[in-house]
Amino acid sequence: MEMFEGYDPGRFYDEMFDASGAVRGHCAPLLRKFAGIDQKDFLARKANSELYFLRQGITFNVYHDEQGTERIFPFDPVPRVMAAAEWEHLEAGLSQRIVALNLFLHDIYHDQQILKDEVIPRFYIEQAKHYRPEFRGVDVPGDIYIHICGSDLIRGADGQYYVLEDNGRCPSGASYLLENRNALKRAFPGLFDEMGVRSVDSYPRDLLNMLHHISPRRDESPVCVLLTPGCHNSAYFEHCYLAREMGIDIVEGGDLVVVDNFVFMRTTRGLKRVDVIYRRIDDDFIDPVVFRKDSVLGVPGLMNAYRAGNVALANAVGTGVADDKVIYYFVPQMIEYYLGQKPILPNVPTYLASEEADLKFILGHLPELVVKAANESGGYGMLMGPSASKEEIEKFRGRIIADPRNYIAQPVISLSRAPTWCDGAMEGRHIDLRPYIIYGEEVKIVPGGLTRVALTKDSLVVNSSQGGGSKDTWVLRH
Amino acid sequence: MLSRVANALYWMVRYVERADNLARLIDVNQQQLLDSERLDSDRLRGFWQPIILSTGDEETFSPLYGEAGSTEVIRFLTDDPRNPNSITSCIALARENARTVRDQLSDELWEELNALYLFTRSEEANRLIAADPTRYYENIRRSAVTFLGIASSTTSRDEDWDFMELGRHLERADKTTRFLDVASYLPGGADDAQSAALHWSAILRSCGALGAFRAFERTITARGVVDFLVFSKNFPRSVRFCIEIVDASLHRISGTPRGTFCNDAERETGRLLADLDFGVTDDAFARGLHEYLDALQGRFNRIGEAVFESYVLMPERIQVCPAAEFRSSSALAAWQMQHQQQQ
Repeated sequence: MEMFEGYDPGRFYDEMFDASGAVRGHCAPLLRKFAGIDQKDFLARKANSELYFLRQGITFNVYHDEQGTERIFPFDPVPRVMAAAEWEHLEAGLSQRIVALNLFLHDIYHDQQILKDEVIPRFYIEQAKHYRPEFRGVDVPGDIYIHICGSDLIRGADGQYYVLEDNGRCPSGASYLLENRNALKRAFPGLFDEMGVRSVDSYPRDLLNMLHHISPRRDESPVCVLLTPGCHNSAYFEHCYLAREMGIDIVEGGDLVVVDNFVFMRTTRGLKRVDVIYRRIDDDFIDPVVFRKDSVLGVPGLMNAYRAGNVALANAVGTGVADDKVIYYFVPQMIEYYLGQKPILPNVPTYLASEEADLKFILGHLPELVVKAANESGGYGMLMGPSASKEEIEKFRGRIIADPRNYIAQPVISLSRAPTWCDGAMEGRHIDLRPYIIYGEEVKIVPGGLTRVALTKDSLVVNSSQGGGSKDTWVLRH
Repeated sequence: MLSRVANALYWMVRYVERADNLARLIDVNQQQLLDSERLDSDRLRGFWQPIILSTGDEETFSPLYGEAGSTEVIRFLTDDPRNPNSITSCIALARENARTVRDQLSDELWEELNALYLFTRSEEANRLIAADPTRYYENIRRSAVTFLGIASSTTSRDEDWDFMELGRHLERADKTTRFLDVASYLPGGADDAQSAALHWSAILRSCGALGAFRAFERTITARGVVDFLVFSKNFPRSVRFCIEIVDASLHRISGTPRGTFCNDAERETGRLLADLDFGVTDDAFARGLHEYLDALQGRFNRIGEAVFESYVLMPERIQVCPAAEFRSSSALAAWQMQHQQQQ
């Protein structure tokens, strides 16, 4: 128990302790396990887990660093634990959400009924940066657009989960979820005994099943590939990892050629047809003939093959319109409109700068709000009102007034905290949760997800590019 | 298998083999230096110059070092990042290739190469080069041999393996000829008998061949060493042995029976193998050892180019766009790769 002695849950929702400082029921067995580990042993094991990441090359490149320094993504060995019922609730909410998002995308790229019924103002869709009007009327296999979704969930002071954003283009991080589990099992095997932690191993299999499901070729076993921007991309490790776990080839743009609207890869035995591409390249770069002309990463002609229905892409082209942060505002309405259901998981209260009343409120309360650009991710293009300087606030004020369509604001949610080892003591650090939802023949969600943790004291930003780390996430069987 | 993958595996192994050979060459020569009596700087230069010349790096070396002594030469060959063929550069390149085909490698294989890379960048390595160079080179050699052992026990005997064998043996054949060629650059030739014997036994040791050679012939002579390292049918670093494996690998890849050919790589290799099978040491000396070795190196290069043409570029099959490696090495490509937003 000694490592947790003097631990202060603070005035936040703590994942392990309640407000009185008593351990939460579902975390009690884990806490007892930690009581059996002395600090020296703990530190040695922690160092071991870090070595595992380094030796496996599970690193990200620090850009603009001439030395080509590679860093490991910091890993905290104290897992985040979720009770079975808690997870069931999230699972139901996330499934509902991805079904609604896909119905929305199909609608937007076909009849646009939701716009005709004025549930969402047409203006928002037509001005969405990632809306691809050229793909209206194009059918995609199974009418699925977002095959892999990484929705970010946070938990407020009330213990309630909220959806912070949906990442429906190329969500990354699933490999960290899997490797965090591997690292923890290696370094602390004793923690898992008799705990009833649900396995996360099924992820690559679910992913591959989904890719097979969307193949345009029914007559034979489909050839699936993972398309990567290349080894200089920060998520390259993940691309290799997932391709290998699925047993499919990882390809770069130059490995693929399009001949007569069919996609092939160059092999030592000539050209081989490709049916499904799990692409980890944005729409903008995927085909220089249609999108950015200067892209050297993409495959010229790919979009023609895609339109002709000769190749499937996961995720589909044009899904970015659904993770525009302004469109996010309307997801609860989508759920009611398409499914006739109440949303199981609420959004964070959101103000749209292009609505007059909201704009007035935003401009009057900038120091209290979080402002986000509609199409940025990774913690970029964001203003944290309470910690921002006067200049930063004024800079954002100017930007919002100049381009209200591209900004939203939200109240600061004090994310829940979890005990995290920080320089010699266990301290509370803010966390979020990114589950990975796969939508193929059915919806599959690997238990838990990636728990990201803001390692800097009091910071609410969990992104790895901004000093974030991660934890293993346990969903208990009972 | 993907052409790019074949190419990366081939180069990954070539670079490891190159680093291994360099470590052997430097270590043996450094030890040989200890036997030498007079160590004034002229003599030292005279000693290392042939090694620089024979590894083909003089163009890079001269502008960087001018009047160099032993220490500079050794650092240049060992851990100078400006020398693309230094040991550490080779290991970094091997790892870079491995990274691009990470999904094809066993975990153990990747870990070994990555650990070697981390070693070359460590403080410990830096300290060893200065204080205990033999330990340093031994670490490199051991790790390279471990890498080879893991590769051989975790790689399926399919195309992956064939391309790796191809790379390893082409590189090895090339390096063996370069070791032999050091003699050609010695000032005044290796005329006095004692230093000649020392020199030729150093070459044997660089190739790990001293023991094997003695079992085959008692006295170390130039002719004997060339005969052994070029024409031996059984010694795994001899040129003939290596080209035999290159030939066998190429035919396993294409499925063409040996003794026939279906592409330029096979034709070049087959002709070279016949020359080695039916050649004798006298041919080498009649032509002049340096010229003979130089011609061999030229033929290895042609084989390498032909492999690239046949299996990676495939100009007869694809006219649409250039091969992947040219594209992905450009600065624009690197920039775009980095700026692919990862959500």
